[in-house]
Amino acid sequence: MIDATLAEISRALESGKISSVELTKAYLDRIAQENADLNAYITVTEELALSQAEAADKSRSEGKAGAFTGIPIAHKDLFCTNGIRTSCGSKMLDNFIAPYDATVVDRFNTAGAVTLGKTNMDEFAMGSSNETSFYGPVKNPWDHSLVPGGSSGGSAAAVAARLCAGATATDTGGSIRQPASFSGITGIKPTYGRVSRWGMVAFASSLDQAGTMTQSAEDSAMMLNVMAGLDEKDSTCSTIDTEDYTANLNKPLEGLKIGLPVEHFSEGLSADMEKSIREAIAEFEKLGATVKDIHLPNSHLSVSAYYVIAPAEASANLSRYDGVRYGYRCENPVDLEDMYKRSRSEGFGAEVKRRIMVGTYALSAGYYDAYYRKAQKIRRLIKNDFQAAFEEVDVIMGPTSPHTAFAIGSQNDDPVTMYLEDIYTIAVNLAGLPGISIPAGFINNLPVGLQIVGKDFAEAQLLNVAHQFQQATDWHKKAPGE
Amino acid sequence: MSIELADVENIAHLARLHLTDGEKKEAADSMSNILKLIDQMQSVNTDNIEPLAHAFDSVQRLRDDKVTESNNRNELQKIAPESEEGLFLVPKVIE
Repeated sequence: MIDATLAEISRALESGKISSVELTKAYLDRIAQENADLNAYITVTEELALSQAEAADKSRSEGKAGAFTGIPIAHKDLFCTNGIRTSCGSKMLDNFIAPYDATVVDRFNTAGAVTLGKTNMDEFAMGSSNETSFYGPVKNPWDHSLVPGGSSGGSAAAVAARLCAGATATDTGGSIRQPASFSGITGIKPTYGRVSRWGMVAFASSLDQAGTMTQSAEDSAMMLNVMAGLDEKDSTCSTIDTEDYTANLNKPLEGLKIGLPVEHFSEGLSADMEKSIREAIAEFEKLGATVKDIHLPNSHLSVSAYYVIAPAEASANLSRYDGVRYGYRCENPVDLEDMYKRSRSEGFGAEVKRRIMVGTYALSAGYYDAYYRKAQKIRRLIKNDFQAAFEEVDVIMGPTSPHTAFAIGSQNDDPVTMYLEDIYTIAVNLAGLPGISIPAGFINNLPVGLQIVGKDFAEAQLLNVAHQFQQATDWHKKAPGE
Repeated sequence: MSIELADVENIAHLARLHLTDGEKKEAADSMSNILKLIDQMQSVNTDNIEPLAHAFDSVQRLRDDKVTESNNRNELQKIAPESEEGLFLVPKVIE
């Protein structure tokens, strides 16, 4: 039963075929067997999970259960969970017991979900391989010598290895979509502002967005129904109404117009990957969609602009980690300046320090216009490109990642090589648009992800398009070790 | 654009980071590489383009000036490294 999708589990719980306590115990057993190797979870919340499961079964017996009651999920360790360590994959917060629940966590708790634990991640969400975590790398369940992707590597691995029914995750430059593609699962990053960021530790405030990792688009829709919507405590959260994201999953795709950005099908893309992606796109044509080439002419500048904006915002957001009120404080500080400098240098890992330095530089006197302001202008051009494209097409498709999962430790020489991993995903965050990655094939037995990008607040359409593909193909049903 | 050691020291101080000599050299190298990436932005003319700070050009929402929060200082201060009588303790600042 624990290999089942979230939707199947919901039905099994509803029909009484299984209880939440039995299901939760089964997941906890599997986590106990496999997590030492995969390292997908930083913290397993066994007691909490069992007490939530008992409460869910009781509520069901009283006729008060909803669609999500009793379903065991995991939260990326970037979401504050009251009374539970929230580490963000960092030594800086290894001792941080969050004093409140993030809105995302609170909404799942209210919906009756069961929290199995907190998943591993690149430190402060900075990375594309889950190798920068203070708690060690996460292994790709398809091949333990490979990375699962990052920064939400733990959530991706946990779902792929069936160590939870679904997981929350976050995406700033591709941190949901890229690990979803490396790990053979479905990951959606909603439109900026669709989901509350309150209690979600900030990396880059104009780019960060919470989303989901699941086995299918239908499962994503169920999770999004719980997560999405206005939160007064997050002033960047949109006031645009949410909808039932499961309602239109079955709408036929006849007449759907798909755009393929020529820039995403050029030199950087391997022949294998292009073949897989084009075969996947051909399935949509069988379903009645039409395909045309479109242009995103400023695509090639998206990584540059991102590596100014994101580090700049991160340098501001991470300035709160000063050893004063919470988190790591160095031993025997000589004076205040020593306390700040040593707490931060000892508490943060190398990649985080690197990005804080780049961000500080880009915002410093004399460089602000050349870097930060310039990057914001490039961001406007990138957004305009998407707007122009969406006058001609309904959705944009292409590879999520230039290749399949790479070996742990293989990309550590030059940070820029790692930054280019997000070449197809980053522009979507800059433009604030929704994007999903779905399993679309295999190359040498490693998962391939197809990225679908929509207009703002078009999550329902993205999920419909993905779901129709998942009715016609079975890539998303494959699991490691079969 | 390449980064000198003096620049690295200045930035590290602004960011309140302490770097060893080895780390400073490494920072200069990796930052220079990242700056090469970023410099690609200069290849495009953006003279009449408005900067974009928020995906939908939203402005800060305001609410009524009424007290809606409760004072949770004691709860929130439980996790402080050092505190006393509601104050956070740090090394002496004033000589």
